[in-house]
Amino acid sequence: MLSWKLLLGKITRHLAAIAALVLLGGLLSATLVRLAPGFDADERELDPGLNAESVRALRQSRAGEHNILSFYVGYLRGAVHGDLGTSHALGQPVQTLLRERWPVTVRVAGIGLLLAWLLASILAFTACLRRTPAFEILGTSVSAAFLCIPAAVLALLSVILNAPGYLAIALIVFPKIYRYSRNLLAKAYALPHITAARARGLGEARILACHVLPVAGPQMIALAGITVSIALGASIPVESLCGLPGIGQLAWQAALSRDLPLLVNLTVLVTLVTLLANSGADVMIYMLRSDGCIRPSAERSSAIANAL
Amino acid sequence: MNRARKLACVVVIAVCAVSLAANWLAPAGYAKQFREAPNAPPSRQHLLGTDEIGRDRFARVLYGTRISLLLAPAAALVSTVLAALVGGLAGYLGGIWLRLARGFTDLFLSLPWLFLLITVRALLPLNVSPLVSVLITFLILGQLGWAAPARVLSTSADALRNSDFVLQARASGLHGPRLFLIHILPNLRPVLYAQFWISIPVFILSEANLGILGLGVAEPLPSWGSLLRELEGLISFREEPWRLVPLLLLIVVLTSFQMLFSHEEVPA
Repeated sequence: MLSWKLLLGKITRHLAAIAALVLLGGLLSATLVRLAPGFDADERELDPGLNAESVRALRQSRAGEHNILSFYVGYLRGAVHGDLGTSHALGQPVQTLLRERWPVTVRVAGIGLLLAWLLASILAFTACLRRTPAFEILGTSVSAAFLCIPAAVLALLSVILNAPGYLAIALIVFPKIYRYSRNLLAKAYALPHITAARARGLGEARILACHVLPVAGPQMIALAGITVSIALGASIPVESLCGLPGIGQLAWQAALSRDLPLLVNLTVLVTLVTLLANSGADVMIYMLRSDGCIRPSAERSSAIANAL
Repeated sequence: MNRARKLACVVVIAVCAVSLAANWLAPAGYAKQFREAPNAPPSRQHLLGTDEIGRDRFARVLYGTRISLLLAPAAALVSTVLAALVGGLAGYLGGIWLRLARGFTDLFLSLPWLFLLITVRALLPLNVSPLVSVLITFLILGQLGWAAPARVLSTSADALRNSDFVLQARASGLHGPRLFLIHILPNLRPVLYAQFWISIPVFILSEANLGILGLGVAEPLPSWGSLLRELEGLISFREEPWRLVPLLLLIVVLTSFQMLFSHEEVPA
């Protein structure tokens, strides 16, 4: 039976870990940007139309960023009050930029993830159910081919072929899902109790629902959490090369222009989404296991991340 | 070793050998311009044609393959050594050190690999000499790629620390670095080898991604990433299919690596 007290404790622990990692991630990002060569350089200072006073004012406006800790404490204080700072490169409040760009990434990465899972699941289940060499070879060779193509090349190909950006993300994520879920399902189908169930004449749908999914389910859920991170990472080259105005393109612009406030916010946002996806998967596994819906064979999502 | 693996091994060795012999096989240097023949189609003189500034594409593919195939293992070595130091030592020491190392690896793993890689590379100078750009690119790959192997190694070292033979060695008076070097590290070797080999294709792909985005090896030095960047100007595959050769070569080599070191055999 699901113990709500234990569940609450687990969620609290996850939230505490997420908060600590997000704060550390933001600090790490701020430190990296601050230590990057050319951080102090501001192209606006090269404008011959500016007088000495204007240049001094420009330098003064960035003076608060020189001490990383004071910048970060100031940033956190502002964030608590809903002020995420202003982007140097784009001259707009970070909050506005994130609000405008986030829906694009959610749509592109979301549809891409959905398509990837659909394609990978169909191929993996068909390969396991049919157990014919043709399906096996088809699935393995298609996934291996896409696994060997850089994400940026898939983005370029989608531009050349006039294909939507989410298709590129789907093809980047698909091979990872297929290979892992195919192995999981193959292992589950090879278990002796499933052979016994087949020998007793149980239908394939029932075997899948009652015997295979409870075994492979936890790791599939953990894999779902990991794929959110992969899709977010893939959105950088895809959005940059396909000209999609999302978070990926914003991250690309922020990194190139060493835009400290924007980069810190993006790192915090990406870390937060990744950790929430992984923790959500962990909590879901815990809930399903407590209800007896799945068998206790789940590995941690970090182990899956390593395998991917 | 089955037939597919033997074939994969032959492919990797052949590609490495051909790229190492680029000085003799290439019709010209990677930077030599044939100004009278820019964007030339394949011919007897230029097997894969020339690029838009008249450089022989076949020569650039050979030299680019050499750079990508030699430096990806170097980056993999750097990341494996770092992972052995962080993960191996943390697992061996246990307690607070293990928790600290895991927290740090969790922090690295919570950022998507491409996001981290592109951000860090973009923060470093881009206007540098080609040789420095090669070093920066592959050093970054090596230095940022340690987290996942370190996680695996810390778990393995933690298990070894609590094993019977280490307990016996401790009881015999062996402690500190000697215990780590004599009993822990040799037993981590299979995991280290596996992590090293599976990092190579990851780093080749990452370099290609950086190169396409203009953050990889600087011109005129070629690499698979910078060669693939040429695809940006491609309008249709039918017009100039020979421009896809670097991509096909990359797919063949990475598939061979996958066949040689599949996940099923990686001890973790």
